[in-house]
Amino acid sequence: MERTCPGVATLRRDPDKATGGRAEDAEVADAALAASGDGSAFERLYRSHAARVHSLVRRMMGPETADDVTQDVFIRAWQKLSTFRGEAAFGTWLHRVAVNVILARRTSLGVERGRFDDSTAALETAPTRPRAPDVAMDFDDAVSRLPDGARQVFVLHDVEGYKHDEIADMLGIVPGTSKSQLHHARMALRRHLDR
Amino acid sequence: MTKDNWTDRLSEYLDGTLAVGERAALEAHLVDCAACAATLEELRRVVARARALDDRAPGADLWPKIAVGIGRATAPPARRYFAFTVPQLIAASVALIILSGGTTWLLRSRAVTATPVAMAPPQAQWLTAADRRYETTVAELQGALVEGRRTGRLDSTTVRILERNLATIDTAIAQARRALAADPGSAYLNHHLADTMRRKLELLRQATALTGTQS
Repeated sequence: MERTCPGVATLRRDPDKATGGRAEDAEVADAALAASGDGSAFERLYRSHAARVHSLVRRMMGPETADDVTQDVFIRAWQKLSTFRGEAAFGTWLHRVAVNVILARRTSLGVERGRFDDSTAALETAPTRPRAPDVAMDFDDAVSRLPDGARQVFVLHDVEGYKHDEIADMLGIVPGTSKSQLHHARMALRRHLDR
Repeated sequence: MTKDNWTDRLSEYLDGTLAVGERAALEAHLVDCAACAATLEELRRVVARARALDDRAPGADLWPKIAVGIGRATAPPARRYFAFTVPQLIAASVALIILSGGTTWLLRSRAVTATPVAMAPPQAQWLTAADRRYETTVAELQGALVEGRRTGRLDSTTVRILERNLATIDTAIAQARRALAADPGSAYLNHHLADTMRRKLELLRQATALTGTQS
């Protein structure tokens, strides 16, 4: 039987790996320039990674705050550029900055651990919350309509490739809760496979 | 174990996190339970679908607000790297103004790289010609920095940060040179290299000015 164990070391959404070493070198150079105050270099980095970061934020936080939080991610990245050593791809480093900003925003918004309860009923019905009946919900929309806890675990694990112990550490839950939330999210999303 | 209990373990099975004994037991159950087998297949498709999700760019360009947020026009973050006092920063600024003539060749070179690609000569040529002068200038400045370090005019923390930043810039220069060797006509890469070299020069000049050894 198939084993599927995505891990942080193989985060699949790493555009640097997809575009080859030259792009990665150019990004390291841009990061060095940006760290020395070059806004143009940082803008190039923003252009390269805006879609990836925005998509992560939108899936984790919802579309309403996606623009605002994405801006925060890049501002935070600018402030933290001195900690980028070029040991990992810039995209990987930026991704972790984004996750940290998202989790901090969750805390500031008062997203409580209570949202991680294993309420199967809520999870099962969540993706069909009120919506115009004649509008088909695509898979991405269905993900965005999962309850906060299940959505965040699903995005971090199945979309972004983190492991349960890493997710548990990030979200302040136990790995068992992460596994449970993931399973419920997957079960709820089955009905949207063909849309 | 009931069918419902097995259903709850299907994701763990799919992710390969079930214990060996449980895994074997579930596989035995799947042989006889079409419902669980069907659910497992659906879960597998959900995982595949998640991995195939496309990234979408923001509906609006967020850069203008980010640019304001980072205040890049007035407060470049490079200042944070130095444990410098205000008088030292003023001294560094004055020194940069006085010494700016020394960077003329670099600025002129950058202007060349801004020429549209179709009209630009192979950019590696000017770099080769200018390299000797650049390296001489860098060597002079590094010598002054070593002297400042020896005399204790720069504290150890500042020296460590300077060395780290210089190493980062050297790495960027080496990478830009490698990329340029493969694509010598690239205006983008030439701009990168010239800009990175200029950054190194500026950093060295700032540091050297602080040692008080710059003539």
